Amino acid sequence: MTNPTSNAVTQAATADHSQLYPSPYKEFWQAFSRNKGAVAGLAFMCLIVFCALFAPWVAPHNPSEQYRDFLLTPPVWLEGGTWQFILGTDELGRDLLSRLIQGARLSLLIGLSSVVMSLIPGILLGLFAGFFPRLLGPSIMRLMDVMLALPSLLLAVAIVAILGPGLINTVIAIAVVSLPSYVRLTRAAVMGELNRDYVTAARLAGASLPRLMFVTVLPNCMAPLIVQATLSFSSAILDAAALGFLGLGVQPPTPEWGTMLASARDYIERAWWVVSLPGLTILLSVLAINLMGDGLRDALDPKLKNAA
Amino acid sequence: MSLLQINNLNVRFGDANAVPVVDGLDLSVDAGEILAIVGESGSGKSVTMMALMGLIDAPGRITADSLTFDGIDMLKLSGRQRRKVVGKDIAMVFQDPMTALNPSYTVGYQIEEVLRQHLGLKGKAARQRALELLKKVEIPAAESRLDAYPHQLSGGMSQRVAIAMAIAGEPKLLIADEPTTALDVTIQAQIMELLVNLQKERNMALILITHDLAVVAETARRVCVMYAGQAVEVGQVPELFDIPAHPYSEALLAAIPEHSIGAERLATLPGIVPGRYDRPQGCLLSPRCPYVRDNCRAQRPALDPQAHSLVRCFYPLNQEVA
Amino acid sequence: MLSFIARRLGLLIPTFFGITLLTFALIRLIPGDPVEVMMGERRVDPEMHAQAMERLGLNKPLPAQYMDYIGKLAQGDLGESLRSRESVWKEFTTLFPATLELAFCALIFAGVFGLLAGVIAALKRGSLFDHGVMGVSLAGYSMPIFWWGLILIMFSSVSMGWTPVSGRIDPLYDVEPVTGFMLIDTLLVGDEGSFKDAFMHLILPTIVLGTIPLAVIARMTRSSMLEVLREDYIRTARAKGLSPARVVFVHGLRNALIPVLTVFGLQVGTLLAGAVLTETIFSWPGIGKWLIEAIGARDYPVVQNGILLIACLVILVNFVVDILYGLANPRIRHQR
Repeated sequence: MTNPTSNAVTQAATADHSQLYPSPYKEFWQAFSRNKGAVAGLAFMCLIVFCALFAPWVAPHNPSEQYRDFLLTPPVWLEGGTWQFILGTDELGRDLLSRLIQGARLSLLIGLSSVVMSLIPGILLGLFAGFFPRLLGPSIMRLMDVMLALPSLLLAVAIVAILGPGLINTVIAIAVVSLPSYVRLTRAAVMGELNRDYVTAARLAGASLPRLMFVTVLPNCMAPLIVQATLSFSSAILDAAALGFLGLGVQPPTPEWGTMLASARDYIERAWWVVSLPGLTILLSVLAINLMGDGLRDALDPKLKNAA
Repeated sequence: MSLLQINNLNVRFGDANAVPVVDGLDLSVDAGEILAIVGESGSGKSVTMMALMGLIDAPGRITADSLTFDGIDMLKLSGRQRRKVVGKDIAMVFQDPMTALNPSYTVGYQIEEVLRQHLGLKGKAARQRALELLKKVEIPAAESRLDAYPHQLSGGMSQRVAIAMAIAGEPKLLIADEPTTALDVTIQAQIMELLVNLQKERNMALILITHDLAVVAETARRVCVMYAGQAVEVGQVPELFDIPAHPYSEALLAAIPEHSIGAERLATLPGIVPGRYDRPQGCLLSPRCPYVRDNCRAQRPALDPQAHSLVRCFYPLNQEVA
Repeated sequence: MLSFIARRLGLLIPTFFGITLLTFALIRLIPGDPVEVMMGERRVDPEMHAQAMERLGLNKPLPAQYMDYIGKLAQGDLGESLRSRESVWKEFTTLFPATLELAFCALIFAGVFGLLAGVIAALKRGSLFDHGVMGVSLAGYSMPIFWWGLILIMFSSVSMGWTPVSGRIDPLYDVEPVTGFMLIDTLLVGDEGSFKDAFMHLILPTIVLGTIPLAVIARMTRSSMLEVLREDYIRTARAKGLSPARVVFVHGLRNALIPVLTVFGLQVGTLLAGAVLTETIFSWPGIGKWLIEAIGARDYPVVQNGILLIACLVILVNFVVDILYGLANPRIRHQR
């Protein structure tokens, strides 16, 4: 009764019916896997996640070890490259591949923690804004409007300008920046659901406000939020790299992808690989996540197909 | 010679093996005549008319032995030549007036567009004519409506505008595709009356596509009953209503609520129109037909002349009442 | 229409005050002693410290400080840069044309090619071109533009020598800033060489800054166009016997443009954020680079009011887009 698809129906379904109607997860996977780009994105992300999780074992070298005899060694397929450094080395003789793998850890960490840090307060604020449309709602929304008036990267830059550069401040800045979209999305979804009959039914049955908010309404607002979380994960990676590039994010010598690019700028004429490879990694990861996001949107929420 | 002559029209979506949406349809309309086409949703009524207007896009494919309008072979026309006929000599009014008008342009603009395209009227002359047309379709305060946007009009008003747009080119044939289905019941009669009056006054042919058999009984002289892309019975109005020869026509008439007065339940025809996967081998109605016999399931009947009408059935009903 | 504008204008006021609160809080949220942070040294002489607090107005209670801040803003006093001692407003107005010129070119670039690609992709749905546009735009949408800039410099400037690496114009040319827009100023001078040089300097930054808006506009135009082409009124227009071009462009595009216009407006914000990165890569002397340098130098008055100015700019642009949206969409205009 808390959900429009009532449990009673599912339980009453016989074995025959369960074959006719695939389980929600199977149905989701069927819809998702129809989108080839999404599957490719998922595969690439699995690779990145694997590298990040097992970085110390996957990486051939210690990412901060400086091989003084191998400064700016080109990748293996170029003249002068060696198998010792598959993707070459940077200006201090550090192995590029190992640094990129270590960087995947950081980027995923920043992405994940900033998504969590903005998703939870965003959902809470959105729920409150939706459930209290008289006073609290508009004031929350005005606040979000103010935050939206600043382009996200600029707001992040402003926040880092106050807090100072660094890993944790980067996460905070990105979390704050992506807050408004969660609030708006949650509120819009809540407002849509509140008019549905099942909410009225739950109300009449005497459900308490917290129960109404978190058990009755919230689960039915999750589809767009999951999609948004995926998309803001990718923009978190982009913004973190941008902050790193501007010298406002994670500080060197930590191998963050954007920071690596910033220090590689001076070698643009001599060693294209130190410039190209970190950026390519960023592009591919963000692309993979966005492809997954598109697939998720198509699979979870057909209504959103033409949005974005 | 009839104004519109359709012989063996087929419309398929997909390759030549795809199940036809319109299946060997023969139809003729005389100048100044009202022909009603009835049948349930998905029976191919609208698609037939879209094919005539050249509005079927790939992957849709049209084939016909002949598709002649006013002596012109519509199938042989180039796109440019067809657009000289469509919108001028053949015009169409659609089902949902609220979405059929472009929300970004004023009513006047959308009517004047037809006048400019087909009659070469411009500027003041076009506006004057548009105003006359709005008055013709009995829109109150017509002057002020010229500059109104579609969202400012009610459904009935929008349908009047759509009719004004359709008759702007002085068509010889007007096709009204369920013109009243999307409207309030009170407005429906007014719109029908308007259409019939315009038809009489201009002596244009009117093809009326509808579910509403009561409307057919009042307005049309001839009816074509369609089922699953085929014409199953074509006949004159009072006869077809009084003594339907095809089991499907009979079922349609029995489904009118008034005919079930006194009965416990409304009469219905069980089952649904066959889709692309469950198309029967024999008569298309055979799975639903109460009078079905063995050869109905094996062979398809042709549309043959019977006592009162053309009927596509091996065992037509009511033949003895001559 | 006027009441429509007035209503939208009314909505701006609380947003504006919200932003002043934000920039006001900005300087007060800096951890540590603000004077020490700004002067960049510890143990400031107590007397000087008090003077600095006085000068910055930091010794009063917070509400009074805020009122002071608003009062100064109302008089057009945005403070002065700690580095150059120039007024923030003056620095902003000198540098802003450079950013505007770049942003304008990027928007034109993105708008023209994005609309074109989106419309053609929608009309040839499922074709190779369509798939190509969708693929490229997804990549563009995911592009780290600071890297994209470096790659373009590496290819076009370093390897090929087609375009200059950085700046707005070769220092060889001495162009007097009349309008502040290099393309116009060089034309005013009447020297073809300098105009060409300014133009060459613009190419790469325009592409870099325009990439994300281009991708977004192309995607949006395509999906919006596809949606509109399925509408009943398109069938009506075809049934009127109108030419395909008229059906697509007069009846289709006009309606498809409405959501694209909104996206276009939202892109202005993205563009200003992108300008920060683009200007840093290309050493483009605009407000983005100015702001980043001010942050690096802890020039807080510039940071504070530079952000305020940019935010106001974004609000203003969104307001204009709103109005245009109303003009394009009669349904919105008549809403009460």
